[in-house]
Amino acid sequence: MNKWTRRAFIGAGALAGGGLALGVLGVALAPGRHSVVPDDAEGAGQLNTWILVTPDNIVTVLVPHCEMGQGAQTALAMMAAEEMDVDWSLVRVKEAPALDEYANGYVVRALTGESVPGPIEVGLDYGTYRLARWFGLQATGGSMSVRTTGQYGMRVAGAAAREMLVAAAAEQWNVRAAECQVASSRVSHAASGRSATFGELAQAAARQSVPSRPTPKDPQAYTLRRTARRRFDMRSKVDGSAVYGIDFTLPGMLHAAVAIAPVNGGKLVSVDSAPAESMPGVKRVVRLEEAVAVVADSYWRASRALEALEPVFDDAGHGGVSSATIFEAFDEALAAPPEMPAGAAKVITADYRVPFLAHATMEPMACTARVTPEGAEVWAGTQDPLNARKTAAEALGLEPGQVRFTNLALGGGFGRRLPGSLDFVGMGARIAQAMSPAPVKMIWSRETDMQHGYFRPAAMSRHAGALDASGAPVAVASHYVGGGDRESTFMPYVIPEKKAEGREAPHHVRTGAWRSVLNSQHGFFKESFIDELAHAAGKDPFAFRRDLMGEHPRFRAVLERAAAMASWGRALPKGEGLGIAIAECFGSIVAEVAHAALSPEGVLKVKQVWAAVDCGEVVNTDTAAAQIEGGIIFGLSAALVGAITIDKGRVVESNFHDYQMIYLADTPAIEVQFIPSTAPPGGLGEPGVPPIAPAVANAIFAATGIRVRELPLRRVRLA
Amino acid sequence: MAIALTVNGQPRTIDVEPETPLLWVLRDTLGLTGTKFGCGIAACGACTVHVNGEPMRSCVLAVSDLEGASITTIEGLAPSGVLNNVQQAWLDQQVPQCGYCQTGMIMAVTALLSERPNPTDQEIDESITNICRCGTFARVRRAIHGLAAEAGGTR
Repeated sequence: MNKWTRRAFIGAGALAGGGLALGVLGVALAPGRHSVVPDDAEGAGQLNTWILVTPDNIVTVLVPHCEMGQGAQTALAMMAAEEMDVDWSLVRVKEAPALDEYANGYVVRALTGESVPGPIEVGLDYGTYRLARWFGLQATGGSMSVRTTGQYGMRVAGAAAREMLVAAAAEQWNVRAAECQVASSRVSHAASGRSATFGELAQAAARQSVPSRPTPKDPQAYTLRRTARRRFDMRSKVDGSAVYGIDFTLPGMLHAAVAIAPVNGGKLVSVDSAPAESMPGVKRVVRLEEAVAVVADSYWRASRALEALEPVFDDAGHGGVSSATIFEAFDEALAAPPEMPAGAAKVITADYRVPFLAHATMEPMACTARVTPEGAEVWAGTQDPLNARKTAAEALGLEPGQVRFTNLALGGGFGRRLPGSLDFVGMGARIAQAMSPAPVKMIWSRETDMQHGYFRPAAMSRHAGALDASGAPVAVASHYVGGGDRESTFMPYVIPEKKAEGREAPHHVRTGAWRSVLNSQHGFFKESFIDELAHAAGKDPFAFRRDLMGEHPRFRAVLERAAAMASWGRALPKGEGLGIAIAECFGSIVAEVAHAALSPEGVLKVKQVWAAVDCGEVVNTDTAAAQIEGGIIFGLSAALVGAITIDKGRVVESNFHDYQMIYLADTPAIEVQFIPSTAPPGGLGEPGVPPIAPAVANAIFAATGIRVRELPLRRVRLA
Repeated sequence: MAIALTVNGQPRTIDVEPETPLLWVLRDTLGLTGTKFGCGIAACGACTVHVNGEPMRSCVLAVSDLEGASITTIEGLAPSGVLNNVQQAWLDQQVPQCGYCQTGMIMAVTALLSERPNPTDQEIDESITNICRCGTFARVRRAIHGLAAEAGGTR
């Protein structure tokens, strides 16, 4: 029950010019693990892994996940390279080019000019069948690249490739495979003194039978994994040559600027296009159902002409909605606090609330498209190329096969560019359709981007907890609004009665997945409340948590490490305090301690953050640390300053002056440590986020006695 | 209206509406897309370039105000393919994540260090006000400290 099940096919074939192509396709399912609950147990994902070994002795790993700075492509290549014992300097990474062409062998045809070898077709048919059952082949989200593609694709493919290369050498030299050694992309046979590079063996390797169950390396023998390796994409990001979606250019390309109905669900009622049409460079005003676009020969001209328009939109009946009315509805839905056992020595209750948040990726939404009678081509940076293609096809009334989608570098994802929130791809395609056959690049202004997000849901919870006479908790329960059935209930604490109950209070504001999904809200709620219980019991918040973790040794080890890193319990000057919090998501456990200092006027400075992480086995130690650092800073922006506010049905904030983020000056010193572990890898892009808000809030309580129950902190009086 | 500029050492004549921001001249007229659009209101710094050696946010600079100016963009920092010391430090410290804000960040830091090779933390905080969403600030500071140490100081 608690084991991953794996159904995968390994296929291999020859490349033109004498190379080996090896692929693994299938699915991995995680039915649930003992101490860590996966957030995606229903569909841990599909595998689709390709390794190419070419006569130039280069190993190319095709990665079906996009790179948005999380280092997944490099980590995945490391997992394959480790199994192969390849010389790391001879490894290259390529993002898998496209979609179900990729799944049905197009990639091999494109790379080789040859027909696809038989064994691959078998695997591909299976993969294609499976594809239909998963929401998207190439999705990058849920911190799952390393956990699924890496663990069950890259490792297996790498081990199989190594076995085939060794078998080829053994056959050529007429020796036993077991007598051969592999190191640095070279197979050698010590007794006869012979050796050959992977490149020299690749053609012969392709003729070997494909191992059905290749033996992965003993983790004790790893030499590449658990080291710090530079990311493949880094050079292009320091010299300005990386091409993001917004940078894509075609000859004769036109540029579009858009204004979208300010209230979600609203439609364009009318617009007089004359003022824009007389401006220089303007080609056309394009009316869409929910927006108006100006298409011109440059973006600046398009955006200036858009400002000359006065489009009228309806508000879809939501014009009376504000953040205040939304939270009033939340409050009503939560009703009375959860009931606590009669006879408890002490009962406490508390309400918490957090606002909507924008992803605010640094690259605003952008999409380039060209629509011709034959079909369409679309270019954008997304977290899911397959669904991007489908979205464009649906917008254009085409079959997905008539759309060619190219994914480009993403200037930030954080969930904004996942399936279900690819509205900008459909919009870009529709504008290009109106201008067919000219290619059109649509760029959203920052204001448009900020006001038309898929926001982190606003949420509210009402907690109650009961202590017995000795100060031990006997029950905790919550009612909550804003989603999160699993996120709300899981606590690593042994408490006899634990309950969480979701309530509904629907609104029209668009919501979606935001870095750590629903764990950022519930991490704040749960870890603030357990802190309140600790103080109500008159106990140290670290010791109180630790003593309840008897059944969760991984959590306990992480908590203790974070406390030790911060020298928990030391004396601090007046107005300063340490706060601790722990959360698990995407298979990784993170505890964070924040050091808060408050001036007498209540000005907060977060001086330092310590993070202890159990993410299972670490693949690339440097990118792993970078992801936790990034998660803490991302989470601090939300905790300290971030808020999307609704008024008259629309988003109030419009740009970085009123949707704030922290700066370098606000960034604390951050120290990250990983607990050595041989457990399967957990995610890293998201798990750093949830503990930081409660850690800071708990530190503020330790420093001042003020309990924070609402974010962002800039709206809370701290003196 | 034709405006004469020098961009990365090359003389250029630009013929666009005078109020066109330098950012869009660089990106759309000259094809230099390493300079990024982030906000359009000089709030995020993704569009930072050097104008006569000074770090400026190009999204709010009307090109007509730049007659005769010398502009350096990220593409001009390593004209022969050899990265400047800030770019190299960014590689060594593996600073970028998505990387979108980093070209502007590198331009801002290059300007700071050419003025003050060994800045205090307060000077760093006051000068580097670029927004990064992925959360690379801890490494940005580390990389600047490393460059300052190379320049001979330890503060």
